[in-house]
Amino acid sequence: MLGPVTLGHYLSLGGVLFALSVVGIFLNRRNLIVLLMAIELMLLAVNLNFVAFSHYLDPALADAMAGQVFVFFILTVAAAESAIGLAILVVLFRNRSSINVEELDELKG
Amino acid sequence: MDSTTALFWIFSAVLLVAAFRVITARSTVHAALFLVLAFFSAACVWMLLKAEFLAIALVLVYVGAVMVLFLFVVMMLDINTDGFREGFWKNLPLAGLIGAVIAVEMALVLLRGFNVPNAPAPSAKAVEMGNTKLLGIEIYTEYLYPLQIAAVLLLVAIVAAIALTLRARKDSRHIDASVQVRAKKEGRIRIIKMPPSVEAPAAGSAGSAGSAKTGGDAGRAD
Repeated sequence: MLGPVTLGHYLSLGGVLFALSVVGIFLNRRNLIVLLMAIELMLLAVNLNFVAFSHYLDPALADAMAGQVFVFFILTVAAAESAIGLAILVVLFRNRSSINVEELDELKG
Repeated sequence: MDSTTALFWIFSAVLLVAAFRVITARSTVHAALFLVLAFFSAACVWMLLKAEFLAIALVLVYVGAVMVLFLFVVMMLDINTDGFREGFWKNLPLAGLIGAVIAVEMALVLLRGFNVPNAPAPSAKAVEMGNTKLLGIEIYTEYLYPLQIAAVLLLVAIVAAIALTLRARKDSRHIDASVQVRAKKEGRIRIIKMPPSVEAPAAGSAGSAGSAKTGGDAGRAD
């Protein structure tokens, strides 16, 4: 296991990071900001997989850079997501004075 | 163990410790700062994978912009942190079990199934031009349409974020200059024609002077 670093090591790192952020979503049910941070960590784990696959891809292929291009677009979408998420959070805090997820049950039938 | 391998283990360890502290930190500001550390270590791992442009973009965009936005929101909102840890220890066994199962399953498959020790040598074109230029050529030729859609998406995000948080202050004494410039005399004052009413003097000049004097005295007595 401690031999040379293979593609599996990078993918496992991404997998462990993803599992950690899933645990974070379970644990921080009271704090919406930490939930957003856990989602950012998940996107980071996915991006790590893309970059690793792109690095280990045969460069002779026509679109060997496609993985990195995709990471570029994921970064764009993630930035937009966190900006809108934080704006919604600010409005929510203005109206409710709380960011506890378990109190947000007004839509419950 | 060559230096690249050692660096991989160091960066991975820092990344995982930082991610663990993000989800367990008691204070939200600490969580945000550990998230900065996690992103920075991830950028270092991407450097090992020879994705220089994306690594620098991750540091600039995330550490520079998104995390500052997070810290700004955390510090701006006066959040009551009393009940945040409630349910933390209750959820920990189940969450830890699920996380461990996910991590072990993925690692079992990935470590055995993707046992690719050496990356293929970069092509001569890549060595000559470098990662950034290759990525730029790809984005601006092959992926030009998605790039424009991404730009429009960012614009929509800006507009949405501003529209969500914008509110008119009720106590503001704001003056609209255009309304002031357009104001006409007719809108502000109304001139009413009134017939002059003149009271005819009731008695002679001496009597009127006396009555004026007594009126003055009465006014003073009041």
